[in-house]
Amino acid sequence: MAKETTKKVGSAGSPNKVMSFLKENMGIIAALLVLSIFLAVFPATSGSFLTSKNIFNVLRQISTNMLLACGMTMVIILGGIDLSVGSIIALSGVVAAGCVSRYNLPIAVALIVGVLIGLVIGVFNGFVISRTTIPPFIVTLATMNIARGLAKVYTGGSPVRVVTKEWQFIGAGYVGFVPVPVIIMVIVLIITGLIMNKTKMGRHIYAVGGNAQAAVFSGIKVSKVKFFVHAFSGVMAGLAGIILASRMYSGQPTAGEGAEMDAIAAVVVGGTSMSGGSGKIGGTIIGALIIGILNNGLNLLNVNSFWQDVVKGIVILLAVFIDYIKNSKANS
Amino acid sequence: MGDNLSDHVLLRMEHIHKRFPGVYALNDVSLELRAGEVHALLGENGAGKSTLIKVLGGIYSADEGEIYVDGKKVQINGVKDAQKNGVAIIHQELVLVPHMTVAENIFLGREFGSGILVDHKKMTEDAQALLDAHEMNVNANALIKDLTIAQQQMVEIVKAISYNSKILVMDEPTSSISDKEVAFLFKTMRGLTAKGVGIIYISHKMSELEEICDRVTIMRDGQYVGTEVVKETTKDDLIAMMVGRELTNYYTRDYLEPGEVILKCDHISDGKMVKDASFKVHKGEIVGFAGLVGAGRSEAMKCIFGLTQGYQGEVEIKGRKVHISNPVEAMKNGIALVPEDRKQEGLYKIQSVRYNSTIEILDQFMHGVSVDDKKEIEITQKYIDMMATKTPTQEQLIGNLSGGNQQKVMISRWLATHPDILILDEPTRGVDVGAKSEIYAIMNELVKQGMSIIMISSELPEIINMSDRVYIMAEGVVAGCLNHEEVTQEAIMQLAAN
Repeated sequence: MAKETTKKVGSAGSPNKVMSFLKENMGIIAALLVLSIFLAVFPATSGSFLTSKNIFNVLRQISTNMLLACGMTMVIILGGIDLSVGSIIALSGVVAAGCVSRYNLPIAVALIVGVLIGLVIGVFNGFVISRTTIPPFIVTLATMNIARGLAKVYTGGSPVRVVTKEWQFIGAGYVGFVPVPVIIMVIVLIITGLIMNKTKMGRHIYAVGGNAQAAVFSGIKVSKVKFFVHAFSGVMAGLAGIILASRMYSGQPTAGEGAEMDAIAAVVVGGTSMSGGSGKIGGTIIGALIIGILNNGLNLLNVNSFWQDVVKGIVILLAVFIDYIKNSKANS
Repeated sequence: MGDNLSDHVLLRMEHIHKRFPGVYALNDVSLELRAGEVHALLGENGAGKSTLIKVLGGIYSADEGEIYVDGKKVQINGVKDAQKNGVAIIHQELVLVPHMTVAENIFLGREFGSGILVDHKKMTEDAQALLDAHEMNVNANALIKDLTIAQQQMVEIVKAISYNSKILVMDEPTSSISDKEVAFLFKTMRGLTAKGVGIIYISHKMSELEEICDRVTIMRDGQYVGTEVVKETTKDDLIAMMVGRELTNYYTRDYLEPGEVILKCDHISDGKMVKDASFKVHKGEIVGFAGLVGAGRSEAMKCIFGLTQGYQGEVEIKGRKVHISNPVEAMKNGIALVPEDRKQEGLYKIQSVRYNSTIEILDQFMHGVSVDDKKEIEITQKYIDMMATKTPTQEQLIGNLSGGNQQKVMISRWLATHPDILILDEPTRGVDVGAKSEIYAIMNELVKQGMSIIMISSELPEIINMSDRVYIMAEGVVAGCLNHEEVTQEAIMQLAAN
């Protein structure tokens, strides 16, 4: 409908990209700022919110959700969903903890085993989803139950405690004054950003999610892309599992219950479309931050935890609603 | 037709204005529809046809202007108002519920029965009576999803009639049905007009205009250009009115001596649609593929492009035997395919023009995690310039471009792979006349540079005026080949109908 004119584009440097990112995500960036400023100036929280201790605390709290959200962003851009990540957290956590406390294996081996468990389940998801037309929702719903069940079977339902002191390093340790999970989170974010924006695989993910049939005509190996993305999501969950088990000094079969929903929330609040084909990791970062800061703020404000869920739900709804208004304006 | 036009004016839309933020979509547009006429609404994409129809259908309300139905001024502020005034619109994308029966769809939202119970028997009987009255060979109990597109259209028409609609709008109804079905559709339309219904008909196909339409209203850039009696005007006049200038060379084609054989296919079959296709393509020629819908033309090309697993037959490229089992191999062998259905098989709608232009050639500027942005922009711009694609920026989402410009990006995407053989499947479907003519000129330029083009098309004028040679396929078999000196519509149809 709009009049089109040809205009030469010189070079789209990074300032250009930053500007368009800010513009596209105005709603959630505004929400994040409003929330942070509120907590920084509101009397009850102004003393505690902006301390470096609290900020690192928030970052450490959101680190596991951020890892899951990295995988989930790709999965959702692909037009799918991964419900199994919360259960993978539990399974990888209990088995890694078991490696140390039950079999006396070196911690490094235990950590690798934990991540590998995530990889194996992710690969299984990817295999079934890329080779069949069974919806990802169903496939990962099944593996969600399987992984959770296996975690309970392995532990008999009670936590696997780890008394080795070094075990805590990855979840509760520091490098200088920066918590280790935060460092892991930053590294993973960089890797995810590179994959999504700088590699052929990244472009192919958007292509398959945007129009799978066109991707076939483009010679893109659709099954390879699906396989990779689900495997990646599994690895992220495995990594989150060992971090959480380390922080809690134990592998717990109930760890990560509902974690998949928090990850989905971060991705969706971050502006990624559930119908696939579009979304940015930058949006997901903001989404995860909003949810993390909200949790932190509600704690600082001493809000009853039952009410916290209600508030969280309302915020998710609001964020998505802003997006909806923006899109419907753009389309009219 | 034109000469015995009824005096009864069914609908008058006068001085309609509609503005959207930043766009003057309708600027003083008028339209008159008389009882018993088929009135074409003609204009390039973006001319405002669909906006006008949406105003009539109550989806948009006009900012200014009046609408008269049967001489009485009416307000149309919603879909219900439009229905009440006897307006029914059959959209290009049909809006039937796939898992419900024909009868249920016809009476959707006004089911018979008492209380919450639906009287299925009566509903089915009534629907069947309506279908039979219009000689439509459709069972009222059939599920919509089991019907062909043409049959679904018939159901839409019957649904419209069942509302006692006097004003019927049809938006490109023939874009996805076969010639035989078109003939039946036209017969049905004539049956309706004989009963005093007025039909507003939107189509890009000029040949249909002459066949079915009485008068034509032309729009351009949201403005009313004129209304003509179809019999008293020529195709060239209409095109000139549409594009606002005279297209002196609608088809550009310099016939040069073709070079050596570059592609030779023998007895290709896919076990389904393609039974026996043998053909040759020379360097620097355009080879047309004509035939009815379902003749197996697209499917034959899919074999060559590696989209069909396990096809039979021999393919020779530059004298070398190859068996292509996926599109990547096809590209390595210098083949590119611009698919028939742009929306389904080509576009990444929510991605930018740049993304869509370069998705095949990521290797040229992406290595590991290093991306040469500058090179990507350069390549994209090169093809935007070459194809004269109209887009505000490279970042523009391709879904926001007109059909013609989307198609230009699709062709760019595949040209960027530097193919020797470019397969274009319906290259000008849903493309407005201006852009069509530009695409023809580019095709001519490409073959002059030594590329070979295979063009599948259902538009015979395009086949006749652009091809060095034309292969005609019928029921999966190549039924014949005609040189451009001997090719005529009649000759093609004779072979195609075999």
